[in-house]
Amino acid sequence: MKNEKIKFRDRLKDISSGLGESLKESTLWGSIFRPGSPFRKGYSDSPRNRSYVVMNNVLYHLHPVKVKRHGVRLSYTLCLGGLSFFTFIVLTITGIWLMFYFRPTEMAYVDIQSLQTSIAFGSLVRNMHRWAAHIMVLVVFLHMSRVFYHGAYKAPREFNWVIGVILLLLTLLLSFTGYLLPWDQLAIWAVTVGGNMAGYTPVFGAQVKFALFAGLEATEATLLRFYVLHVLFFPFIIVIFMAIHFWRVRKDGGISGPL
Amino acid sequence: MEESQVLYRHTMVDIPEHLLLKTAEARAKALGISVEQALAEMRGEAEPTKIEKEPDVIEVTQIEVEVKETPAPAAEVKETPAPAAVVKEAPAPAPEKSNGQVPTEVDFAPETKVTQRLLTVVKAKPIQKPTSEPVDKVNTWPHLMLPEFISLMAMTAFLIFISAILQAPLLEEANPNITPNPAKAPWYFLGLQELLSYWDPQIAGVMIPLLIGVAAFMAIPYIDRNKENKPSKRKYAIMLWTFFLAGAGTLSLIGILFRGPGWNWTYPWIDGVWFDDLLDWVHFE
Ligand code: HEM
Repeated sequence: MKNEKIKFRDRLKDISSGLGESLKESTLWGSIFRPGSPFRKGYSDSPRNRSYVVMNNVLYHLHPVKVKRHGVRLSYTLCLGGLSFFTFIVLTITGIWLMFYFRPTEMAYVDIQSLQTSIAFGSLVRNMHRWAAHIMVLVVFLHMSRVFYHGAYKAPREFNWVIGVILLLLTLLLSFTGYLLPWDQLAIWAVTVGGNMAGYTPVFGAQVKFALFAGLEATEATLLRFYVLHVLFFPFIIVIFMAIHFWRVRKDGGISGPL
Repeated sequence: MEESQVLYRHTMVDIPEHLLLKTAEARAKALGISVEQALAEMRGEAEPTKIEKEPDVIEVTQIEVEVKETPAPAAEVKETPAPAAVVKEAPAPAPEKSNGQVPTEVDFAPETKVTQRLLTVVKAKPIQKPTSEPVDKVNTWPHLMLPEFISLMAMTAFLIFISAILQAPLLEEANPNITPNPAKAPWYFLGLQELLSYWDPQIAGVMIPLLIGVAAFMAIPYIDRNKENKPSKRKYAIMLWTFFLAGAGTLSLIGILFRGPGWNWTYPWIDGVWFDDLLDWVHFE
């Protein structure tokens, strides 16, 4: 009885692994997964293949093949830089999704309303986009504090800190321009407060405010302006600076430390 | 395995017999001595034969032949090796040095003019010198990518969870004619709004202090010239940043929870909270 059970389990294992093998042997599969991919037939865990996993994948090779041992401890970076980047990716995906249902016109408010009430997952995706935006500001700020406490801005990483401050500003600007888009009382008055502050710039105050609002106060022209900045301009700029930021992390000799 | 190691070490220190012999033959030919003599000289068992004369040098004024390689000089190693054949550009030694013989024909064929000699024996030592300490490294896959993947999944789960239970605020439609009181900036600017409420923006301005603040942040690495990164050796810097965090946190909390209509001080547990960002969190009903 017991023996039969084991036999049956072994047979099942054989069949299922056989299925996997024949799939992996197919030309299609082999053409998708490059040598060194863990999904490729005959992958074995060797130092050589561990390098290939990183080198032979366009996304993973943002990473170096090897990293300092202390740098992979979660307690060193707390993964905060990585999570800043990841929340940005989440925001990009949910943001593109939202763009299908949103018009930056006098219809903006209605669009958000119907998004929440009559579109599948509309409410969830809107919530995700909004909370992820708040989280990104928080996480980027925490990342900055982590970098400071480690003295990780010291030579040769001085300039990457400067790029980091630019990234923080861009993150705030992305969040701020997005804040206006639901076109409710919260949105328009928060942005009015912000814009009025900018209006207190000495000498050029009026001009700065006019450029920001596309007029004398927050109107639908402001909405369109903020929309373009939010979905196109600032994402474009921040991606460029992120690329420089990641590149510099590697060129400056990888992660700083150990302490 | 062991044998090859022995051989490897052997070649690093001594010259293999066959090469030694070849070199000795060449030396013998060049100096006009016997091979045994040359071998003995090279082993240091006999005084090396001195050459009294400079090698035959022929002054050539016109060369038709294409010279691809300058043949090695057949002379004792010196600081400045004498050229075997002097072409136009090379400094020509005085003719009297070339023991009177002036050949009519010059043969550049390497097999007659070029002799190879052992110039020097280079002691075996490493070509590369490590200049930096070896760093303890691990493979990115899986040691970095796995933790990354896990934190990414955790973040996704957390986001979906709070998005499912917390509704993002959507107030009345925007109306420029109805000013809410108080009108608050997004939360990350509330510390700033609180700070700015202490001075008259007409006088102190807003953007200028902000720009100076941003510039100051960018300048931090250039101001802090302390090279140490040990926390115990940068107490002052750590103290400053902690003060900054505490100050920013306090101001933000005041702006978020303790400011009501007219930016007047309110107590959240008495007067309620004016913070619509987290509408769903603060109005529990
Ligand atoms: C959109 C915002 C940002 C993203 C996506 C980002 C991403 C990253 C990542 C992935 C790393 C690798 C190490 C780690 O995870 O800690 C890193 C390192 C670093 N970041 Fe950022 N960062 C951002 C903002 C900032 C800010 C605001 C600062 C500082 C003002 C900054 C300064 C640095 C520095 C100096 C390093 C090198 C740290 C080290 O070597 O230990 N970054 N960043």
